[in-house]
Amino acid sequence: MFGFGVLKGMSVTLWNFILSYVYPKKGITTVQYPEQKKEVEERFRNFPFLVYEGAPDNMRCVACDICSKECPPKCIYIIPEKDAQGRVQKKPATFDIDYAICMNCGICEEVCPFDAIFMDHEYELAEYERLSSLLYHKEDLLKPVEHFAKIRPTDYGRIEATRAAKGVKGRAQPVAGAPPKPAETQQSPPATS
Amino acid sequence: MSDTAVHSQEPQLLEVSIGPQHPSTHGVFRMNVVLDGETIVKLKPVMGYLHRNHEQLAENMSYLASMPYTDRLDYICSMTNNFAYAMAVEKLAGIDVPERAQYIRVLMAELTRLINHTLLVGFLLNDLGAFFTPTLYAFREREKILDFFEATAGSRMMCNYFRFGGVKADLPAGGMEQVKEIVKNYSRFLDEFERLLTSNEILRSRCQNVGILSKELAVNASITGPILRASGVNYDIRKVDKYSIYDRFEFKVPLGKVGDVYDRYYVRILEMRESIKILQQLLKQMPEKGEILSAKGAAAAKSPRMWKPPAGDAYGRIESPKGELGFYLVSDGSPKPYRYHVRPPSFINITILEDMCLGQKVADAIVILGSVDIVLGEVDR
Repeated sequence: MFGFGVLKGMSVTLWNFILSYVYPKKGITTVQYPEQKKEVEERFRNFPFLVYEGAPDNMRCVACDICSKECPPKCIYIIPEKDAQGRVQKKPATFDIDYAICMNCGICEEVCPFDAIFMDHEYELAEYERLSSLLYHKEDLLKPVEHFAKIRPTDYGRIEATRAAKGVKGRAQPVAGAPPKPAETQQSPPATS
Repeated sequence: MSDTAVHSQEPQLLEVSIGPQHPSTHGVFRMNVVLDGETIVKLKPVMGYLHRNHEQLAENMSYLASMPYTDRLDYICSMTNNFAYAMAVEKLAGIDVPERAQYIRVLMAELTRLINHTLLVGFLLNDLGAFFTPTLYAFREREKILDFFEATAGSRMMCNYFRFGGVKADLPAGGMEQVKEIVKNYSRFLDEFERLLTSNEILRSRCQNVGILSKELAVNASITGPILRASGVNYDIRKVDKYSIYDRFEFKVPLGKVGDVYDRYYVRILEMRESIKILQQLLKQMPEKGEILSAKGAAAAKSPRMWKPPAGDAYGRIESPKGELGFYLVSDGSPKPYRYHVRPPSFINITILEDMCLGQKVADAIVILGSVDIVLGEVDR
């Protein structure tokens, strides 16, 4: 019968319509966003942040410049700190990430030998202006290691375990050595998940 | 209207530029159409609005650094793009992939095929005028798969999940249950989808015998993917090449008879059912535990800028949901590829648009374009 197929199709839409009223749990899959928020997954990655231990001055980053060189869109900009004699210190004086350019790939986190940079869960970052307000400086990027432990407990456990096994801060790199710490270590196999 | 115009013997041709922002063009795409009344006598696709210099970009950075860029080629199927690129680099450097990683890869590729075909059917119906009901049903199902991608890879669309010699991370806790749930419920959703669409008379009259693509033309124009199979050519790289572990699964290659828009629609529905079969077999066979990244691959992932594949060239290809997706790489032994070339299925499939549209009505051109299944990120690169 001509038109039967249309009616059959309409029965599907009718069924879905009824379902959304009778069983809202099954029928409605949307979330009323600003009021309700979905829990993000643990592995969700958005934008990178820098990790410090204790005080913001005690950051893990040693300004080795690896992340900024590996970054595909080149959105990281680092200048190492210099002391009074002009010698390069293992600490960044400037550490800028342009969030307008960052494409959330997470490669900086993977290549960092000192576990200093991780991807954050923050996603409400809208700004009225796209140049200076989305250029994040060192002060904006620094977050305590406890924040990382809170948002990604599984990864935190794994990374802390490998760090404890090595004794310190990752492997020694030709670009920059491990920062001064009581137990200095040598080369160890790359940490993989 | 003057007398000469009415009585003139010459056809009054009208040139219309459809796009570049037409709602049904699936991106920034333009068609220059010459019309005789409502019939198309000439059609010229205009593309390049989304050109991002993908190949040149990749030639100026390390091998791993272009992995996130491949996500952005065909932004609906980022996992299969990763797959093809990873395969090309693995061939180039001779990296082997562990067993469990192979299974995870095929799992991701088949889920991506489900996403792509579901979305395509939704948007095709949008082009036909069934405004957004089928699309939103498609989105609802896709959402479940994207949730799984997010839990596994960290991102919903731009997954950046594959690495040379494996994958980035193992499935999360509870990931397998999530997949089993998706696979269990998907054929029920497809039944619902078909009840809504397949026997619908409006869809049939708009799609049947519209935009017929003959077998010979399809082969001559090197069309691949579901469009080729809808024209009745049995060619599926999963069967022909047997890459990765596709020889371990039993599945059929659905073929069309006429090669019209309806066949292209229906072949995709059938392909989704075959994908579900593959996934069911895969979930039974998949090893519980195992390595997910080989040692050689781990070295490449840890310091990409220092990693140098040997000089030579390689071509890695897979059956992406849209057709044959291939990456051709030439290495000169340096950390950057000397030449990086993409063979995008969308771009090559769009070349026959004019042949399919000639003699059809202008409203059908939109439907035919929808049935070709292009993503402009891949066409323009």
